[in-house]
Amino acid sequence: MRYIQEDLVMKRMNKRLISNKVWKFIFFIATSFALVSLGMLLYRIISQGIGFLDWEFITNFASRIPENAGIKAALIGSLWLMSVVAPVSIILGVSTAIYLEEYAKQNKLNDFIRMNISNLAGVPSIVFGLLGLTIFVRLFGFEKSILAAGLTMSLLILPVIIVAAQEAIRAVPNEQREASFGMGATKWQTIVRVIIPAAIPGILTGSILALSRAIGETAPLVVIGIPVILQFLPTGYLDTFTALPMQIFDWAKRPQEAFQYVASAGIIVLMVVLLTMNSIAIFIRNKFQKRY
Amino acid sequence: MVQILTEFNGTRHAVHEINSKSIVMQSNNFNLWYGSNHALKDINLNMQENEVTAIIGPSGCGKSTYIKALNRMVELVPIVRTAGEISYRGRNIFANGYEVEELRTKVGMVFQKPNPFPKSIYDNIAYGPRIHGIKNKKILDEIVEKSLRGAAIWDEVKDRLNENAYGLSGGQQQRICIARCLAIEPDVILMDEPTSALDPISTLKVEELVQEMKEQYSIVIVTHNMQQAARISDKTAFFLNGEVIEFDQTDTIFSTPSDQRTEDYISGRFG
Repeated sequence: MRYIQEDLVMKRMNKRLISNKVWKFIFFIATSFALVSLGMLLYRIISQGIGFLDWEFITNFASRIPENAGIKAALIGSLWLMSVVAPVSIILGVSTAIYLEEYAKQNKLNDFIRMNISNLAGVPSIVFGLLGLTIFVRLFGFEKSILAAGLTMSLLILPVIIVAAQEAIRAVPNEQREASFGMGATKWQTIVRVIIPAAIPGILTGSILALSRAIGETAPLVVIGIPVILQFLPTGYLDTFTALPMQIFDWAKRPQEAFQYVASAGIIVLMVVLLTMNSIAIFIRNKFQKRY
Repeated sequence: MVQILTEFNGTRHAVHEINSKSIVMQSNNFNLWYGSNHALKDINLNMQENEVTAIIGPSGCGKSTYIKALNRMVELVPIVRTAGEISYRGRNIFANGYEVEELRTKVGMVFQKPNPFPKSIYDNIAYGPRIHGIKNKKILDEIVEKSLRGAAIWDEVKDRLNENAYGLSGGQQQRICIARCLAIEPDVILMDEPTSALDPISTLKVEELVQEMKEQYSIVIVTHNMQQAARISDKTAFFLNGEVIEFDQTDTIFSTPSDQRTEDYISGRFG
């Protein structure tokens, strides 16, 4: 008595092969959907904005006349903002990840903390904006400054960096730790000489992706009350400023049609910044991976 | 000293050797639990200077746990609890104030799976000396050469010290790990199934190396492979279910074991 009967197998063969092809097609359609939407978006933005995009657009301040409007204050403001967000969020985030992965003992409290950091990554950005408004703008009296906005943005992306760094650290094989401990290295030496070098590609990739989220984020800046039309550049961290997404948001909501095109030009600048940052992330990941 | 006496008077050699070989590591009624699992029960063993002590036994008998207790690597598992003592040169390694970093500088370890760092061969060997504070390039160079020679791999890698250790074969990687262990100039070397991931030729090289290394170091080796224990060790301990069933000269264990279970195991009746 055989359990597998050849004629039944052959009868079902066609059906199996068809379902195999159908599923392949479904997955292909799903992928194309994303690619087509992205392509349409890019086409619309570039065709609308390219006319307004010239060197003057980069070097001019905002203006009531669409032809004269420029993105200088917003671009420089976003760079100032990043100069706060990057060090604060990466230093705090990586330190937290190291503590949670390498030092914290397995107990209920630490499991609770770990779980909630992941949850924090999903909290809407406007909530972080309100937190920043209460603490940094009002309580600490930083007003609508680069510092207040930078710290708020740091809080916003901190959970993302922590989770990315935790995953990178966890991916370092235990044998590597054992090898180091086995030679009498302390925990700190093991972290600095073995774990961080092995985890750095993952940490940097996660951090840069988180930073590019921060550079495109608008809601917290709106809540903090960052101005949009500025005719000067900030000179210090307690000065007020404006940022790329704020400027784009302001242009997009204006009634004149020409400003829609200015907004598109602004989006192109923002996307160039984002794509540059993401390319750096990919470059770093590939470069370090080659070495290991 | 031993050698001089040997040359003058061959008959005194054996006597002197026995006297001069002191006990390096000793465990007295050592017990270990993983949570509620009693993994090692009243282990009494001693390892002598310049000898190879093999630990054999079936999977799950506690042999790996025991060797990891000897340099307290077992403590990396958070639920581990111990009782009794293991002493290194007369000092209880589990006593308060005995720092693991100090112990592991004296009691080095080679692991089951070759685990070089993803760094150059040079940086792998220099890792230990560097963590102990040696920065002088000339001294590091000398340590690297001496350690690689000690692990019989100098000639194979001397022209590519700056290449990543991961580019080497598994057997070479394992000898790099042995060299890395030698670089901290340990007193005892623990080897946890060092050849189980290697091909027969690499295994043979590591075995020859162990024979050479015992001139300078005391070696404890855990092995799955009974022929290996018979080939390279001076004494053999047979572990079963967390207990030492028999501990004796390797020749005795493999020719006339005193316990029936030892005989069953080495004759391949179980395990």
